[in-house]
Amino acid sequence: MSASLLHARNIARSYELNRHIWGNASVVHAVSDVTLSVGRNETLGIVGESGSGKSTTGRLLLGLESPTRGSISFDGRPLPVIGSPEWRKSRTRMQMIYQDPLAALDRRLPIAKQMREPLDIHQAGNLQERETRVSELLRAVGLSDAVARRYPHELSGGQRQRVVLARALVTRPDLLVCDEPVSALDVSIQAQVVNLLSDLQAELGLAMIFISHDLRVVRQVSHRIAVMYLGRIVEEGEADDLFARPAHPYTRALVSAAPVPGTKLGGRIMLRGEPPNPANQPSGCAFHPRCSAAVARCKSEMPALAELGGGRKVSCHLAGSPSENQADPSPARTRVPLNPVEAASEDVA
Amino acid sequence: MRGSITLEELTVSFNGVRVLHGIDLAIGPGETLGLVGESGSGKSVTWLAALGLLPPKAKVSGRVMLNDRNLLDMPDSKLTGIRGGRIAMIFQDPVSALNPMLTVKRQIGETLALHRGLSGAAIKAEAKRLLDLVGIPDAERRLNAYPHEFSGGQNQRVMIAMALAGQPDLLVADEPTTALDVTIQAQILDLLALTQRETGMALVLISHDLGVVSQVCDRVAVMYAGRIVEEAPVERLFEHPAHPYSQGLMGSLPAIDGPRRRLTAIGGTVPDASSLPAGCSFAPRCAFAETQCHEQIPLLAGIGRDHSVACLVSEAQPSAAIRYSRQKEQRIEA
Ligand SMILES: Nc1ncnc2c1ncn2[C@@H]1O[C@H](COP(=O)(O)OP(=O)(O)OP(=O)(O)O)[C@@H](O)[C@H]1O
Ligand SMILES: Nc1ncnc2c1ncn2[C@@H]1O[C@H](COP(=O)(O)OP(=O)(O)O)[C@@H](O)[C@H]1O
Ligand code: SF4
Ligand code: SF4
Ligand SMILES: [Mg+2]
Ligand SMILES: [Mg+2]
Repeated sequence: MSASLLHARNIARSYELNRHIWGNASVVHAVSDVTLSVGRNETLGIVGESGSGKSTTGRLLLGLESPTRGSISFDGRPLPVIGSPEWRKSRTRMQMIYQDPLAALDRRLPIAKQMREPLDIHQAGNLQERETRVSELLRAVGLSDAVARRYPHELSGGQRQRVVLARALVTRPDLLVCDEPVSALDVSIQAQVVNLLSDLQAELGLAMIFISHDLRVVRQVSHRIAVMYLGRIVEEGEADDLFARPAHPYTRALVSAAPVPGTKLGGRIMLRGEPPNPANQPSGCAFHPRCSAAVARCKSEMPALAELGGGRKVSCHLAGSPSENQADPSPARTRVPLNPVEAASEDVA
Repeated sequence: MRGSITLEELTVSFNGVRVLHGIDLAIGPGETLGLVGESGSGKSVTWLAALGLLPPKAKVSGRVMLNDRNLLDMPDSKLTGIRGGRIAMIFQDPVSALNPMLTVKRQIGETLALHRGLSGAAIKAEAKRLLDLVGIPDAERRLNAYPHEFSGGQNQRVMIAMALAGQPDLLVADEPTTALDVTIQAQILDLLALTQRETGMALVLISHDLGVVSQVCDRVAVMYAGRIVEEAPVERLFEHPAHPYSQGLMGSLPAIDGPRRRLTAIGGTVPDASSLPAGCSFAPRCAFAETQCHEQIPLLAGIGRDHSVACLVSEAQPSAAIRYSRQKEQRIEA
């Protein structure tokens, strides 16, 4: 693995929710004890269900929010305090791409003008140099000069997301955090943006965090993937290997649920119940109420994220043990499905 | 046999802009049909028009035949009897389709009273049975809950229960899982497939996701810019997509296993309905386009058993599909 550019150690973020004026504030543990790193030229994918803490992790890594615990270093130094001059300076080196490109763009400014803005603010070079940089980047993301003169609402979704990408790259960042960057786009346009992200990384040596609930897209762009469940990383590993041989029961279920074109439903692992609520975390292994492999110990004892070798980390009491052996030749897809009706009513008991 | 429904030359315009250009589509008893295409291609409008659910400003023509009767000629009072009864529709966004002010029992009960003539205790018993069927835990107690008390996935299950309440012969599900997590999506698709098999109803599943459609459907129709450009059995479409757009869609999908390959993105964007190019609407993005493609509109024509495609270039046919998708990739990469 390349030397890491960004390194987060045991970071956590919780929010207080004041639901009742007189009652105690309830606490949402959005992210708990997450350790991860990403190097130049490397993409770390983060997957998980809605509410698992992916976006919160992304904001913490970019220093848009401070962790309530743990520490983050970027290029060997701790992230500066939010709002400080160093923090403001560090913004040019790390950029975020969101799901909704229209919301990220300024409706009142033509594309070229708003792309130049960060350069104007940081007074990078003279006007001519800035303009050259902007048109270089627009060409790099496959947009013509005609597009540069238009306003955001005059572009298609795919074109807008390219503009957002080009604008993020204008300050030559080292780190890009992409939060569901293609989820709002049509399949054929998704492919354009996914290819573009891979090309730009190869060309510029960017470190990338790629957040998505779409496992297929994440695998396509990532070198390593971390799977989050209720604010924690439950499994991490090399991208192809992780989905080919998932070791954590939750990863197996996710991989199994991903729709594969030309394939019928049969043989899927059906997870029972709903995605969990971070304000109300189960004891022991947080996954145990939905886990078909759970044993008594899972209810009381939280498994640690342990190294399995080959860059794989798993947090499950049974991982590596004979019954859930990694060398298990049966791929995730051949498991017997639970009847959803029966399965969903089970979790009430 | 409970009759098939046939759309014939269905066209729809909004404010003088034509968004559907003559849709021909048939679905027989117990069949499962998937409708795929990018957003704006006309998937929803097709079925909203067929069921008379578009706003009055929409201009609809063509025929929607059910048992030798044209639904488009029917007075609204009669149509209401068919909708929710013989034909039910599930919408993409369950929150907006459910009434937030009414309990689940009331909403399911309305259909049960209207289409099945049930009342009182019978309604309660049947509503409970339906909630059980769609996998709502603790159904008896949840009957009196309001939509906001359910999660997104559970609301979608309630929608399915409501749709099933009228014992429909045909269920049209419009992107029923798009807003849900994959794990919940798998549950809902499994539920739809299960009820389809058990009740023997016909199912139309609308989705932009080819993977979703192939999980439950036997036949797929691919839409592009208000037209059906290819129709085939699922396996056939995946093995031998014939239309360049279908081939492009397949190439755009990343795989979850096997070696990684570069995606073959379709260049350009979907044309706007108000400024469609002349000839084949796909021509500006098509790697095979020839002169005639810019002049002539291709019609849907059979090219094999249950397989039809709307493309003027005869070589873009199944046997040649693989060779062509390679060529296509090269041209687009260039
Ligand atoms: N500012 C906040 N105040 C209170 N709770 C928050 C805040 N931000 C996030 N949360 C909660 O933290 C949890 C994790 O949220 P997060 O947005 O990181 O999830 P996610 O994995 O990105 O989900 P999605 O896939 O839906 O985007 C959720 O329960 C969310 O409601
Ligand atoms: N109520 C409406 N008023 C005007 N145009 C509409 C309306 N509903 C749909 N359209 C247009 O009809 C076309 C097809 O839309 P739709 O069927 O919703 O697409 P899909 O379901 O395939 O995403 C689009 O161009 C859309 O903008
Ligand atoms: S620790 Fe137990 S409950 Fe958690 S994933 Fe492993 S087997 Fe399942
Ligand atoms: S008719 Fe011509 S432009 Fe249209 S899909 Fe076929 S080859 Fe391409
Ligand atoms: Mg998020
Ligand atoms: Mg639609």
